[in-house]
Amino acid sequence: MESIKDPILQIKNVSIAYGSNKLAVKNVSADVERNTITAIMGPSGCGKSTLLRAVNRMHELYKSIHVTGEILLNGVNIMEMHPTEERRKVGMVFQRPNPFPTMNIYDNVLAGYKLNGIKLSKTEKDEIVEKTLRDVALWDEVKDSLTKRGTFLSGGQQQRLCIARSLALRPDILLMDEPTSALDPIATKYIEELIVELKKSVTIMIVTHNMSQAKRISDYSMFMYMGELIEYDNSHIMFTEPKDERTRAYLTGKMG
Amino acid sequence: MQDKIFRTILILSAIIIPIIGGGIIYSLTEDASSAFEEFGFWNFIFSDDWNYTPGKESYGALPFITGTLLTTFLALIFCIPFSLPVALFVGEYFRGTKIATALSTVTDLLAGIPSIIYGLWGFYALRPIFMELEISPQGSGILTAAFVLAIMIVPYAASLSSEFIKMVPSELKEGAYAMGATRAEVIRRVVFPMAGSGVFSAYILAIGRALGETMTVTMLIGNTNQVPDSLTTTGNTMASIIANQFGEADGLKLSSLIAIGLILFLITAIINMIGKILIRRAQHV
Amino acid sequence: MTHDKNLQVRIFKNKMLYLLVCIFSGLTAIPLLAILGEVLIKGWRQLSWTFLTEATPNAYKAMMAMSAGEPVPGGIANGIIGTFLMLIMAAVIAIPVGIFCGICLSEYKGKWFATVVSYLTDLLQGTPSIIIGIITYIWVVVPMKGYSAIAGSVALFIMMLPLIIRSTEETMKILPETLKEAGLALGGSYWRVMLQVMLPSAFGSIFTGILLAISRVIGETAPLMFTALGGAAISWNINRPMAAVPLMIWEFFNDPNLQSLIWGASLFLLTFVLFLNLLAKRIQKKWKV
Repeated sequence: MESIKDPILQIKNVSIAYGSNKLAVKNVSADVERNTITAIMGPSGCGKSTLLRAVNRMHELYKSIHVTGEILLNGVNIMEMHPTEERRKVGMVFQRPNPFPTMNIYDNVLAGYKLNGIKLSKTEKDEIVEKTLRDVALWDEVKDSLTKRGTFLSGGQQQRLCIARSLALRPDILLMDEPTSALDPIATKYIEELIVELKKSVTIMIVTHNMSQAKRISDYSMFMYMGELIEYDNSHIMFTEPKDERTRAYLTGKMG
Repeated sequence: MQDKIFRTILILSAIIIPIIGGGIIYSLTEDASSAFEEFGFWNFIFSDDWNYTPGKESYGALPFITGTLLTTFLALIFCIPFSLPVALFVGEYFRGTKIATALSTVTDLLAGIPSIIYGLWGFYALRPIFMELEISPQGSGILTAAFVLAIMIVPYAASLSSEFIKMVPSELKEGAYAMGATRAEVIRRVVFPMAGSGVFSAYILAIGRALGETMTVTMLIGNTNQVPDSLTTTGNTMASIIANQFGEADGLKLSSLIAIGLILFLITAIINMIGKILIRRAQHV
Repeated sequence: MTHDKNLQVRIFKNKMLYLLVCIFSGLTAIPLLAILGEVLIKGWRQLSWTFLTEATPNAYKAMMAMSAGEPVPGGIANGIIGTFLMLIMAAVIAIPVGIFCGICLSEYKGKWFATVVSYLTDLLQGTPSIIIGIITYIWVVVPMKGYSAIAGSVALFIMMLPLIIRSTEETMKILPETLKEAGLALGGSYWRVMLQVMLPSAFGSIFTGILLAISRVIGETAPLMFTALGGAAISWNINRPMAAVPLMIWEFFNDPNLQSLIWGASLFLLTFVLFLNLLAKRIQKKWKV
């Protein structure tokens, strides 16, 4: 694998344990290149989502999960930041679209600012909403119904709204945890196009169980199996000549 | 054949509920009618006269209606600073942990204590403290009754609210955390907007409980028949005047007490129905 | 720098809320401990064997004992007998009727009849207990021309009924529909399936509901005041007024001569009610449907 030149994220010897002994992620180290798309693949239960969530420190919401090792964001150890500060720099999109049902579309886009207690003028708000919704290619569809609740949108639109919500905060890196697994093929196609478009402005890490999706959109790919990072390489290399037996088995459908 | 008999038994045992429910309204109205005929419905409600000297008999419900509304309102105010934290403690901060179970057991036991024992405790333990603090001269009164009443309704408000707080999907909360919200902000911006209507209905039902509470209030409110002019004065509620005077009442007075009972029944019924409808709605969101 | 200050304020607010929630939650335990402590300490001294086996002394005897500096003789046996007698009479009718009604509500769910009955059950459950007292007075005491244990148990019956109906209905609703279908598919007749398959599966939580209903009504004073009235002697005659423990507490509260008995009676009542409560919780955990 050609070496990472400008890593935005450095994962160093990260292990993650559920409860007292069960290791979900075992001693993973990897650097993530700026403004690229990195896909994390693997059979279910391999620890890919767990690793992704640790980057956003979501594990801290649950007392039984323990993380060891270091994760550096732009060279700074994320554990040395306050989680609130850290999570603002790291956006996250979840498996199932989760727009806030008590807020309208407009407020959903601005939810990050509201939650972080940042006051904006009306024009600033309008600007951010329009720009972000244009970024996720949702503006034309919803510009006349900004005061409607986000939950009235279709699944794909909801997911794009959730991406917009994360992007509005201008994160350094965007984590996506199987963002299309709850969507139909057409909505999935739109989201994939969007992700590729977004990499100009933000680094993206995406967990997916869909190999062809990883192949279509990612620059780098990780393959995880039973908590270990088996292989990490440029996607075109990984998908054409995987080095590890287990990766090959997975990519050819013999595992998973 | 046996199935038919079985289904008939089911229906028959269900019919007893409408019979009792309808019967309560019918009997109360029937027996209250002579009071309403004598004084007029609105007059009865808005009169503050409670005079049983023979020949000058005159009864009005105003002191007791105001007494009831005042104690209930105060109890609600006192109850919120405790029931809301308990609901958050059990439903959000320590959800599913042993310490949350322990706190639920505490509130369950509080809910189980008979009201007459709350009354005793209020009278012998709390009243002297109120006197010591010079809040009111005799220690008993609207404030004392409302205070104990608040303790009694905390479990109802808290346990139902915590159910609704628990129902807020964790994916929504995670979504907010992922954008850098603190727990306090998640509670304010996500949990309360989502659980709000359910929590509100929990308080409506708690009000329903407080309105009809009898023994505790009777033992603590001081039992005087005037419209209360301050929070520390003595008074009577609809329930406490009945408890105090029903036993030796007859004729017009008995009818007036039953009329007060009818008003109390209707108020609690309306409040409870509103609460139940809101709850059913909140559960289906 | 300003942004950092903003963050610090937010973190501070977050900690404050956490602290306040913990403190105020902890404070709610105080009344429970205070009440239990008060009743236990004062009641323990009054508790004795004779307290549970002898009837209430009359005011004169109590007064003489008091002025002689002796402990007040007698106990609350009349109340204990009355409480259990009336409770059993109420429960014997309320349990089967309540269970059948609960089954009916879950079976005919969605039909207008069941909806009406369901709302009325809520209404009845929320009715203040003093109203139940008045209505039983009108329905039973007036026609019988006197207070009686029967009237008392009718009042308790009306109080218990909605509680049992609710718990039965809730339980039947969460039983899987497939259970009934499996029973019917085996050729069981409807009533056999209901009584021999459904009801036994629901037994645990219905039993919990019954225990909770009993613990709710056993401490009720208001509905007994104008129905059972109370009585000083041990009595088994259900056509006559009868004592009950909560009623006796109310009497002792109002009679300066008998006040020394008040805490023993409260301790008895409280122990019993809380025991039933905890027992119900245990069973609920064990026999979850």
